[in-house]
Amino acid sequence: MNPKNLDTYCQNTWCPGCPNFAILESVKRAISELIEKGIPRENFVFTCGIGCHAKIFDYLNLNSFYGLHGRCLATAQGIKLANPNLKVMAFVGDGDTYNEGISHLIHAAKRNTNITVLVHDNRNFALTVSQFTATSPKGFKGSSTPNGSIEESLNPLELVLSSGATFIARGYAWKIDHLKNLILKAIEHKGFSFLEILQPCITFFDNRQFYEERIYELKSPLSKEEAKIKISEWDYSDGEKSKIPIGVFYKVEKPTFEDLVLKN
Amino acid sequence: MSKDFSILIGGEAGQGSRMAGLIIAKIFNFIGYKIYIYEDYQSLIRGGHNFSQIRAAEKEFQSRKEKIDFLLALDEKTINLHKKDLEKNGLIIFNANKVKSKEGMGIEIEKIAKEMGGKPIMANMALIADFAKIIGLDWEILEGVLRREIKKEIDLNLKIGKRAYEISKNLLKIEKISKEPTLLLTGNEATALGAVKAGLKFYFAYPMTPATSIMNFLAKREDLNVKVIQPENEISVINMALGASFAGVRSAVGTSGGGFALMTEGLSLAGQSETPIFIIESQRGGPSTGMPTYNLQGDLLFVLSAGHGDFPRFVIAPGDAEQCLYYSALGLNLAWKYQTPVILLLDKDVSENTFSVNEKILNLIQPENALLWDKGPAFAKASAGKEYKRYKITEDGISPLAFPGSKNVIVKSTSYEHDEYGITIESEEVEKMQEKRLRKYETMSKEVEKLEAIKVYGNKKSDIAIVAWGITKGAAKEVAENLGIKLIQPIIVEPFPKDKMKKALNGVKKLFSVELNTSGQMAKVLNSQGIKVDGKILKYTGRPFFTKEIEEKLKKIL
Repeated sequence: MNPKNLDTYCQNTWCPGCPNFAILESVKRAISELIEKGIPRENFVFTCGIGCHAKIFDYLNLNSFYGLHGRCLATAQGIKLANPNLKVMAFVGDGDTYNEGISHLIHAAKRNTNITVLVHDNRNFALTVSQFTATSPKGFKGSSTPNGSIEESLNPLELVLSSGATFIARGYAWKIDHLKNLILKAIEHKGFSFLEILQPCITFFDNRQFYEERIYELKSPLSKEEAKIKISEWDYSDGEKSKIPIGVFYKVEKPTFEDLVLKN
Repeated sequence: MSKDFSILIGGEAGQGSRMAGLIIAKIFNFIGYKIYIYEDYQSLIRGGHNFSQIRAAEKEFQSRKEKIDFLLALDEKTINLHKKDLEKNGLIIFNANKVKSKEGMGIEIEKIAKEMGGKPIMANMALIADFAKIIGLDWEILEGVLRREIKKEIDLNLKIGKRAYEISKNLLKIEKISKEPTLLLTGNEATALGAVKAGLKFYFAYPMTPATSIMNFLAKREDLNVKVIQPENEISVINMALGASFAGVRSAVGTSGGGFALMTEGLSLAGQSETPIFIIESQRGGPSTGMPTYNLQGDLLFVLSAGHGDFPRFVIAPGDAEQCLYYSALGLNLAWKYQTPVILLLDKDVSENTFSVNEKILNLIQPENALLWDKGPAFAKASAGKEYKRYKITEDGISPLAFPGSKNVIVKSTSYEHDEYGITIESEEVEKMQEKRLRKYETMSKEVEKLEAIKVYGNKKSDIAIVAWGITKGAAKEVAENLGIKLIQPIIVEPFPKDKMKKALNGVKKLFSVELNTSGQMAKVLNSQGIKVDGKILKYTGRPFFTKEIEEKLKKIL
């Protein structure tokens, strides 16, 4: 593999037209910009969980650890502790991090560990042929809930804000340049940066129209109180009227976990 | 007078019986005795009954005596529970402020502590001083030991001790032995120190008895330069540690059976991704929550087969602190040499009991370098100028390591089956990588035959042998010496040292296993190697064997 190229030789097996392609493109553009700015390419490293999102491991030619379902935030924190010079990203899915690994998300935010979390939130377990996740709307008809899910959805941004995340943003997979800028800001943030990416699942949960009718870009920066209001504007249900803000909701500087652990 | 003493000190949790026991042990250590302390405590913070039983002898013993020469009681329960075990000429020394006893010698230790302006827990200092006077120890020796052991409020403690010493009577004179004091360590302390000597930098753990004191020891000993991280659960523990290893830093995790059960998916990940990881599993009574502060050797088969899928691992089970020191260092080195999980299997008594340790063992330990891509002959020969492949197919199954952050290198580690670069594959080519890992296992098996995988004690020519592992080795060694039979202690259990075991069994006609579990797990391991035991001596009260128990049971089945 050409170490200068961000692509690998692996054949891509995402569904044709999947917004994961758009996320991959945004990531590559962001990383290329950061390399041009002088961050050595070998200093980037990412982890991923298991699910459609995680196939990015095979398509992105960077240092990486393909971890376990739900657990890759822990792996990412271990990498950052061992070598704080590395830029550590964790690509995770909604089932991956809001279901299986939610304790790691809460504690990573609480510690303000200096890593970047990018959630490919397609709001269902797609690789196992569609079951509901924590962010699926109530009534979601998946293969395990043919009559519709009976559980209310979780607003992950509210969760990470109350857990102590110091950077919270939301992007939309098909707004590639906007998303690229959010990725840049998230990586450049010193502390726990959380980027939720709304990713329509064109095979099992095609909500492109739903999103595109509701999405609008936030005017940042916001205070914590304003962030709370904006974060609560949409509760991840299928509500008819709610608008969906994207952009940076919250950003604050605090000492990072690694700084405190390694200070001596 | 025989130079083999048994001293039991007991009290409620919170009365400081453990600390007092350790100080008494250090006194005997100072005057040349070899030490073994058995710790018995319950899973509670106040009340209950805790005791430390010290064996101080000219010769090294690693089991407690059934009989007690000196019974030191901080509370009434201690006398009620242990009086029956007192030697004929044994002596009871008790806290006269809490205990009414017609036998033995009472001293008002709580009153002394109060009069001198001390806290209630400092009464144990008065008891120690009283005991020291009774056995004829010079005040200067006692003061020296106290000054070394007590960091907080030493002057006040000394004042209390001195007062008790002055009003106590001398009854006998314990002889000094002309030997140097040795290092006294618990198995957990020794495990920590061994790993540090082999280059440990990060220790990840979630509290779980009886492994917790490894974490606490490393956190307290800042001079050892190990960062102690306490993540949200054991699943996070192992996945964080794997991240640190992937980034090139030696890390270890520690837990007991329940926590290890939570780690098993991560264990399998370490096997598949070939990430070095050193796992300390200290057994306690199971299944499930079991008996948190008591011992069963019931996790051997679990650690041998834990994790889904086939992958190579080492399992090493030391039986005392000196072995913990040596094999902990060896274990961490092996994890990096073979890029695979190494499990150090302890048990509650190996972990928490205190042993005399020969410090010279530390000189045998050096961090061994892993096979690195950009250093050493591998680089010069095969890799110079070539592209790095994390999972390069090699003859011995070991692929050179590189770490993220290295120039011109992309390191891909993965939980999926993969090609040489680490890219996911599911074609029939997957056999190649599995065979590479199989070859690595063969290389590991050869290495085990070169290591001290098995120890043999007692009469090496006897045709009767017992097999014992972990803490059971201590009492079994005494049995072997008393009865003139052979003791075989398997230490490295996986890969199984076939040749070494064959050699150890040479001439043996009768073989018995001695274990602290209900099913004879080591006997099953031996059976899987075609070695049949003629009988099993099992105990599962949660307490380790007394020598006599093994001897009596053995005589019945011989």
